[in-house]
Amino acid sequence: MRLRRTPLYVASAGLLLLASWPAAAAPHTYVVTIDKMKFGPLPGDLHKGDILIWDNRDMFKHSATAGDHHSFDVDLPAGAKKKMVLSKSGTFPFFCRYHPGMRGTLTIGK
Amino acid sequence: MNLRFALAAPLALVIAVPAVAAAPTDPQIAHIAYTAGNIDIAAGKQALAKSHNKAVREFAQEMVRDHKAVNDKALALVKKLHVTPQDNPTSEALNKSAKATFDRLSKLNGAAFDKAYVDNEVAFHKTVNDALSSTLIPNAKNGELKSLLETGLTLFKEHQAHAEQIAKGLK
Repeated sequence: MRLRRTPLYVASAGLLLLASWPAAAAPHTYVVTIDKMKFGPLPGDLHKGDILIWDNRDMFKHSATAGDHHSFDVDLPAGAKKKMVLSKSGTFPFFCRYHPGMRGTLTIGK
Repeated sequence: MNLRFALAAPLALVIAVPAVAAAPTDPQIAHIAYTAGNIDIAAGKQALAKSHNKAVREFAQEMVRDHKAVNDKALALVKKLHVTPQDNPTSEALNKSAKATFDRLSKLNGAAFDKAYVDNEVAFHKTVNDALSSTLIPNAKNGELKSLLETGLTLFKEHQAHAEQIAKGLK
């Protein structure tokens, strides 16, 4: 089990004497920018619990839609910023439902 | 390749385009791109008024929304650059041809309309994309105009692919 996913009480119960034991890592927040009909660079070190912000700076309405259509489907009007919590790990190809040539893959670790 | 060549070849049946200078100027390029966008917005509104097919209506909504976004940006850009879009034979031919298509489609209904609309969208986007890549983008002098046209090309290729995909589903 990765330390970052270790619930705090496990750490504190077993390691009361080790004051320097680090707390479980806080979730990170990442931003993916969308502009000129493209998804910008995707963060490479994502983990379950992290937060992803889709920042649509394009003049067009887009979406970030998982290839399976149900893991996530974020509607992104022009100029919108939408927050998404990465609730499960795995590999998720995604696309824009309006412009399906716009694609990417999120890889989310445990 | 001059513009007449670029536009006439793929759309012989849809648009008869008269000659313009081999190298259109920025004000002419802006006018042509804006005109093409307006034509597709009008076609999309016609489809929304006539079609009951869900896929066709969603596509038409997308066309109206996306082309309006590009044209709004184009208007803001020419204003900022103090450029006045200049009418030209290519824009006039596009409008004339679009009116003929609009009139032809207005007489159709149901599945016949849907098919004619989507087939025309495929042909129209293909024509505009060919013109953008062979003539309009290479001749654009202003960097911001060029960049907007390049984004437009990426967008319109998506539209063309989307229209082709819908066309396959229409019998």
